[in-house]
Amino acid sequence: MNKVNKPVKLGPNGRPVRPFVMPESFTGKLIVWRYLLLRRALQLGLLLLFFGTVRWGWKLAGQPVLTGNLSSSEFLGFIPMSDPFAVLQIILTGQLPLQEALIGAAIILAIVAVIGGRTWCAWVCPVNMVTDLASRIRRQLNIKDAFKISRKIRYSVLALTLVLSILTGVAAFEWVSPIGMLHRELIFGIGAGWIAILGVFLFDLLILKNGWCGHLCPLGAFYAVVGKVAQLRIAFDTPTCTQCCECVKVCPEPQVFNFKAATKTGMIASGECTNCGRCITVCPEDTLKFDLRQHIKPQQVTETTESQQRRAA
Amino acid sequence: MSKNASNSRRDFLTRMGQGTALAATGGLVWMYLLNQQAHATPFAIRPPGSLAEADFNARCIKCGQCVDACPYDTLKLATAEAGIPIGTPYFIPKEIPCFMCEDIPCLKACPTGAIDPALENIDDSRMGLAVIDIENCLSWQGLRCEICHRECPVKDKAITVEHHPRRISKHAMFVPLVHSDACTGCGICEKACPTQKAAIRIVQPDLVQGQIGDHYRLGWTIDTPITQDFKAYDRGKKGDDTPAPDLDFLNEGSL
Repeated sequence: MNKVNKPVKLGPNGRPVRPFVMPESFTGKLIVWRYLLLRRALQLGLLLLFFGTVRWGWKLAGQPVLTGNLSSSEFLGFIPMSDPFAVLQIILTGQLPLQEALIGAAIILAIVAVIGGRTWCAWVCPVNMVTDLASRIRRQLNIKDAFKISRKIRYSVLALTLVLSILTGVAAFEWVSPIGMLHRELIFGIGAGWIAILGVFLFDLLILKNGWCGHLCPLGAFYAVVGKVAQLRIAFDTPTCTQCCECVKVCPEPQVFNFKAATKTGMIASGECTNCGRCITVCPEDTLKFDLRQHIKPQQVTETTESQQRRAA
Repeated sequence: MSKNASNSRRDFLTRMGQGTALAATGGLVWMYLLNQQAHATPFAIRPPGSLAEADFNARCIKCGQCVDACPYDTLKLATAEAGIPIGTPYFIPKEIPCFMCEDIPCLKACPTGAIDPALENIDDSRMGLAVIDIENCLSWQGLRCEICHRECPVKDKAITVEHHPRRISKHAMFVPLVHSDACTGCGICEKACPTQKAAIRIVQPDLVQGQIGDHYRLGWTIDTPITQDFKAYDRGKKGDDTPAPDLDFLNEGSL
């Protein structure tokens, strides 16, 4: 139905730039929301497993299913898992935790090496649900940032956490963490922690877009650092990309999209990428997909094709 | 060109300064909060075998696996308003005391060692110390209560009932007495105490326990070696002209 004269914008590969269109059908929508739904299922499912184990005594093969919480837990009574950042802080206070916590942290780090560090942020962390909600509302109400700060500030908060753990003799972030307050109180009983969560929600909603997860959270910064070398990445198929930037618009960490770097490496290499998969589902060209680092090979747009298409256009 | 370079250097230094100032300010506020919280309470009643408070606070990862393991739902994790370091396990004896499981499941569940695995016998745990408010203890008013003694899991060691005579025309009293060398601080006595507000409570031993000090020698309880030469006092013997030292000048008549 386009008018013939309307100029069609072309991408660097010579193909016309198409916007992302949300499908009308419900199944179509489900397909677009597939990672979102999986993420929510995992986030809520883990909380439910923790809750069921402590409150309703859930057992599997005679063993408690999942005891503890996201700081440290035990699966089926024999697989320990511990937050490596919390364990690091405890070590910095001058105390060496028992083997169980150390092995638990090693297990999580091994998982991180495969699926990515900040995958935790998008797929497990319950605060992600709060900040995603804030982000959604602020998009609908079109709220502008109160101020801008660098997203790099999280690395300062990370450094500060480690220094303060040494100075005060307590795990500095664990003692103020809204993440801990949220999952602890959801699992073990509600207290005043919801005030901190409300604070995070309002900060993200009214003051700064992606303020907590994208700027301040030292746990996210920690996982961005240790997850930088992880296997699971968003692969970037250069020849199909028209640079419509739908991915950048939907990304909670848009600075990870650097088309030059992505062309060179064939993937979104930044540790700050949370592997949430939003970009994959909105890309109209199927340029992006999950893949393992070792399978990813950069694909250049060949000079000839590009120039031919330019000339043709 | 050189002006631009010096400007950009100046900008860079300013930004560095601003960043440092921001980090330092934030860090100081944060540190203040941590110190406030770490000392929020001098005494939280911790699971059996817990390390001393400062070490416990450093080690506890706030996972609640001890809470999961507790078969009596005794343990709770501190919420933000509990007045106890956030996320750490504690219990309130008057609500649910510690029933002193012999296998100590909370201790086994702890992944960090904040609850010290060195504790082998639950009777050796020291969660706190029971103290009796004798002004409000029924036994001390002359009633035969002694519930705390009967409920005590280390009965006759941690709590004994003693005979306490009173003046003629009143019958003697039988009063409970706590012994700190055996009391584990489990709080079963506090839970059982029938007074409107418990007259026996679990408290931090440091808050109520004194210390005699080494300079007092209780000669009737310990073998004090006799080191003084009492012969010097043995006056009145024939042929002994040496006056007794010290106090004897009082008898010399010059006063």
